[in-house]
Parts: sequence; structure tokens; C-alpha cells
Amino acid sequence: MSGTLIFAVTVLGSLGILAAVILYFVARKFKVIEDPNIDRVAAELPGANCGACGYAGCRNFAEAIVAAGTLDGFFCPVGGNTVMKNAGAILGLEAVAVTPQMAVVRCNGSFAHAPQKVRFDGARTCAFAHALYAGESGCPHGCLGLGDCVRACTFDAMFMDEETGLPVVIEDKCVACGACVKACPRGIIEMRNKGPKNRRIYVSCINEEKGSVARKNCSVACTGCGACVKVCKFDAITLDNNLAYIDFKKCTLCRKCVTECPTDAIVEINLPPRKERNQGRELEENIVQTL
Amino acid sequence: MRTFRLGGVHPEENKLSAGRPIEVLPLPSKVFIPVSQSMGAPAKVKVKKGDRVVVGQLIARGEAFISSNVHSSVSGVVARIDHVTEQSGYRKEAVIIDVEGDVWDEAIDRSPAIDREIRHTPKEIVDRIFQAGVVGMGGATFPSHVKLMVPDGKKAEMLIINGVECEPYLTADHRLMLEKGEEILIGATLMMRGLGVKTCIVGIENNKPNAIAHMSRLAVDFEGIEVQPLRVKYPQGGEKQLIQALTGREVPSGRLPVEVGCVVHNVGTAYAVYEAVQKNKPLFERVVTVTGRRLKQPSNFWVRIGTPVSALLEAVGGVPGDTGKIISGGPMMGKALTMTDVPVVKGSSGILVLPAQESQRMSVRPCIRCARCLRACPMGLQPYLLAQLVEHKEYERAGRERVMDCIECGSCHYTCPSGRPLLDYIRVGKITVGQIMRRRIKN
Repeated sequence: MSGTLIFAVTVLGSLGILAAVILYFVARKFKVIEDPNIDRVAAELPGANCGACGYAGCRNFAEAIVAAGTLDGFFCPVGGNTVMKNAGAILGLEAVAVTPQMAVVRCNGSFAHAPQKVRFDGARTCAFAHALYAGESGCPHGCLGLGDCVRACTFDAMFMDEETGLPVVIEDKCVACGACVKACPRGIIEMRNKGPKNRRIYVSCINEEKGSVARKNCSVACTGCGACVKVCKFDAITLDNNLAYIDFKKCTLCRKCVTECPTDAIVEINLPPRKERNQGRELEENIVQTL
Repeated sequence: MRTFRLGGVHPEENKLSAGRPIEVLPLPSKVFIPVSQSMGAPAKVKVKKGDRVVVGQLIARGEAFISSNVHSSVSGVVARIDHVTEQSGYRKEAVIIDVEGDVWDEAIDRSPAIDREIRHTPKEIVDRIFQAGVVGMGGATFPSHVKLMVPDGKKAEMLIINGVECEPYLTADHRLMLEKGEEILIGATLMMRGLGVKTCIVGIENNKPNAIAHMSRLAVDFEGIEVQPLRVKYPQGGEKQLIQALTGREVPSGRLPVEVGCVVHNVGTAYAVYEAVQKNKPLFERVVTVTGRRLKQPSNFWVRIGTPVSALLEAVGGVPGDTGKIISGGPMMGKALTMTDVPVVKGSSGILVLPAQESQRMSVRPCIRCARCLRACPMGLQPYLLAQLVEHKEYERAGRERVMDCIECGSCHYTCPSGRPLLDYIRVGKITVGQIMRRRIKN
């Protein structure tokens, strides 16, 4: 009885020792030498593996930075400047600060502004609806409201507003990864600078049709009248193919264009409510009444 | 009786207007003629605002290899050249003409006599077909002259004339065969000459016994033309399905029918070819079925290209109150219109008015893996899998599962007991996979 026990322990024990010795030498022989910086940089990255940097995942991004030996052309939009600075500190490199951005939905064709003319009952995906027809409101450039962008967002930063039928970007959650920009078949979503104090002004329309045609489908469409271009003192607004575009690098948030736009196509976000305009309106109304 | 081997479904036929002779629709006051009326590149506009045009005058020239000429369908003055809303709801370039009188181009032979004499060489025939802007009238609108030019190294053995009209409700081809049967056969003879083939089969489904009898009687006088009745099954009118039903040959995946020696043309195209070659008449009118169960009188009309759909609906007594969808084409493959002020184009075979109750889609429920779509697919694909792959953006694998072979017949969606929009997703897959493939070729 005890002989069997001793025999088993000896055999298994010696097998274990033999395997350990072999494994030790194999491990020595095939050892992969990896830059320890890769692990350290990867630890700094957010670990979301969203692919916004252009690499398959965070570790690939870390490998690429370490291999390149420079931070030029590399940016993690999710982590932003802090993460890039920390990664740079590990590698002894200087990170150039990039202005933070966020996604902006350039369509204001809500149910109220662009009433539905037909009802779509096909597969609930924008990619299909875009290939099939112009959309429920009839605007061939407007938001289809089927939420491909919301499904593409891996950060839960977007949702469909039931009341307007348009997607909404949650400012605190948006990391500017650009997934929604790629998902939108109509190119409505744009990455724009977050702006000072998160204040932004942009043209909320991408319709390039003639004004009269655009207005038929949507009351807040940009008609390409050019009033905003005239009023802008900073050359920030350009007009191409009946569509105004505000360059966020030049815009100083003076809000003149917002007041000037006859169709309310220019939208201001997070700007304090203004008093003068309302007073002016009341004044005008008073004058009209007295006349 | 023959039919194709794989899949297929049997939707209700509803050929309401089969007994109605083709009437001539009164001229509208204004026509909108889109310059892109065929597959391939849009034609270049050759008229200006204010020009006087006559019926049959060239207004846009197809300059690319796959492109087709567009002619004026009315006489009058060009009001403007603008972007107008097309059947899809998108705006495309079109020539808008105010109609004045009905003056035809003098080169067009308007005599009712049938011209049986064939006096053109094969090259002249193909050229005349190109000049006349003839495109596939079955709905795909592929330029017909391109189909008659067999690529180098390939050899056409036979011409197949498609008189199947497998779409429910539509009767345009059926009526055309009954009323213009001889012209269709002359057109087929011309195309045989253009292709250099000696045999031609006219395939007709056996739900049109009068057309089969009529065409068989006429075909006796034509050398090499044979009429073949087919057992009813949708989508027999599909090119690849029809070739298989008639010859037993299978077109390899991703290849053209000429690979197996066949060239397929619709009966409407054959008639247009007859008119183009024998009568020198460009393609500017076509037969359109206007149908629907609630309509006062479902009918067939000769319609000038560019006539607004609303004029057709008026001619049948207006749209009934409970209409849910107005579809351009048949119920299986047609597209719902978003508005009725859109023009009839060369590919419009019918306008179908469906009541709200019939047009509603089923609510979507989960796939129960019953494999009905597999049995229905005439291309031997796995629609449930393709739809799921596209839903999850697995385009690479969808491509490997041959999503590009789908002919978009809709049999899978028709047969699905869970009402899943299979074809919708497969269409997205075809578009995306096509884009990926083109990008790869470019790089």
C-alpha cells in the first residue's frame, strides 16, 4: 500500500521537476523583449478600445507611440490632453495640446420644423432609409431619425429625443471619438471645437438646395441668403452651394449671425440669454402697435 | 411544364387589368423628363431654356459607354432645366417642357402598317437601338444596345424574350403581347440579327393562356422563334431564373448571362427595338399599368415619358380615401412613392394603389429559424443570415456569403412568418459590400 503511494509521488514529482526545467530553458530561449514603456503608456490610456485614435485598440495605440518615438500625429480623443500629457511624461516627450472637440448634429428638422409627409415602415436603420428615399419630411439632406449614430456611440453619449425625432449629444459624455460621424449616411454630424465654456455657434443645416425648395420641407433650413456672411466681421462664415458654414476656428461667438438669420438656422449653445434682442423685439412690437 | 429549380414563392396574382386594352393617356400640360433614365452615367442635356422641341427630338445624349439617349416625349417649349423630385424623393436633373400641340419629328414613320422587311445590317441595328435610347423595359433600365454587344471571347447562342411578367398586379407586358405580338417578334428577329444568333425563346407564364396562344400562332411565321409556356412561380421574370427555367443552364455567381450563351430582353424592349429600327421612333412612351383593388377601373395606358404620376391616377378616377401606399412597380419589387408629382420614367411598369390595410407591414418579431427564407430564395442564399450579418456590420462575411448575388426579389421578406425586414438589411449589405469592393479595386 505505502509502496504504491511512494511510487506515485516520486514519479509525479520527478515529472513535475523535469517539466519545470524544460519550461525554464524554453522560456529563456523564446523570451520576447518588450519595451516596458508600452505597458506603462497603455496603463495611462482610457482602455475603451473605441478605435477613435485610428488604431484597433488602446494597446496598439501605445505600441505605435512607443515605436514612433514622437507624439506628432497621435491623439487619444477620449483621454484628451491630460492623457496625452501623462503618456508624454513617461516617454520624456512633449505633448502638443489639442483643442477639445465634440459631436454636433447639424440638423434642426424636428417634427415641428419639418413635418412628416410620409411614414417609413422599413428596417429601422438610417443606412437603408438613405439608400431608399429622401426621408419622412421630404428633405433629402436632413436627419432620418432612425438612430444609426446613437447605436454607433460606445460611450452612451447620444440618445434620440422622442419629441423632436433628432439625436441629442450629451456634452459631458461625448469624447469626440467620431463613430457617429462615420455612422451617419448623410454626413450631418460634425466634430467641432467644444468652444470656450462649451459655447458654440453653428449652422444647423446641411441642405444645399435652393432656398425656396429647402424651405418647402423645413422651416429652419438654411436658404443660402447670405445675411450671416454680410454681418460677420471676422470672415468666419462662408457660403457654398446655398449653404452657410461657420468656421469654428475664426468664430468669436459674437452672435450677430444668430440674430440676423431669417430662418433661425444658426444655433447657439450654452450662451447666456440676451436681453437686448428681446427688448428690441418688444420695442418693434410696440412701434407696430402704435402705428 | 418548366420552371426554375430553386426557391420561389406564389403571391396572389391579382391581374385586375388583364382584360383592359391599352388606352392612350391624354397629353399632360407639362412633362418632367429626367436625363438619367438608365443604369450608368446620366445623359448630357442638349437643349436650352426656351428651345422649341418636337416629339422624338433628342434632348440629352448618353456619352458614357453605359448610358442612354433621352428624347422629348412631347412637342412644345423647354420651360427650364432644373432638378426635380424623382420617384425616390431625391432631386435629379430633368428637362421640363410645356406641351404645345403634338408635332412629331418628320423622320418618324407614323403609319400603322407593320413593317416586316429587315433591311439593316447587325451593326446598324445596334446603332439605331442606341440612338433611340432603348433601355430594358422590365424595370432595371440597363441600356439595351450594350446587352447586344457581346464582350470579346464570349459567344451568344440564343436570345430569350421575357414575357413572364411574374410581378402580381402588373399587366403591361401581357397586354403588349396581345396587341403588338407581331411587332414584338419582329423586334426579337432584329435583336437576333444584331447578336448573330439563330434561336430565340419567348418565355410566358401559363397564367396568360391567351398570350401564349396568340404568340405561338404568330411565331409560326418567324424562323427560329419558339414560344415556351412556363409554370407560374415568382420571380420567374428574373434574368437568371428565366434562363434556368428555359434552358436548364445556371449563370455562375457574379457573371453575366452571356457566360452561358444567353441574352435576355423584355417584350417591352423587343417592341421598342421594333419601333426604333423599323419605324425610326425613339423610346418616348411606354405601357404603364395603373391598378389596385379599390380603384374604379384598373387600366393599362400608353404614357409619354415624363408625365406626372398624378395624371395617371386621375385617369383611373382618383386615389380612393383609404389608400396606404402608392407603389411604382409591382408589389414585390416596387418602391413606395413619397409624392404623386413625380414623372413616369422608362423603367416604370406600373402604378399600384394599395389600401392602408393591405400595405401595412407586419410588426417585426425575432427570427424563429424556420428556414422558410432559405427555401424561398431563388438564388440559394441564406437571407436570415445575411440580414443578421448586415445588422451586426459583418460586411466581410456577408460578402463571402454572396450577398452580392441577391436579386432583391423580396421572396424572403414575403415568406417570413416573423415579418422581419430581411431584404431591407440585405440591400444595405449590397450597397456597403459593393462600396468596399470598389474601394479595393481602386487601391
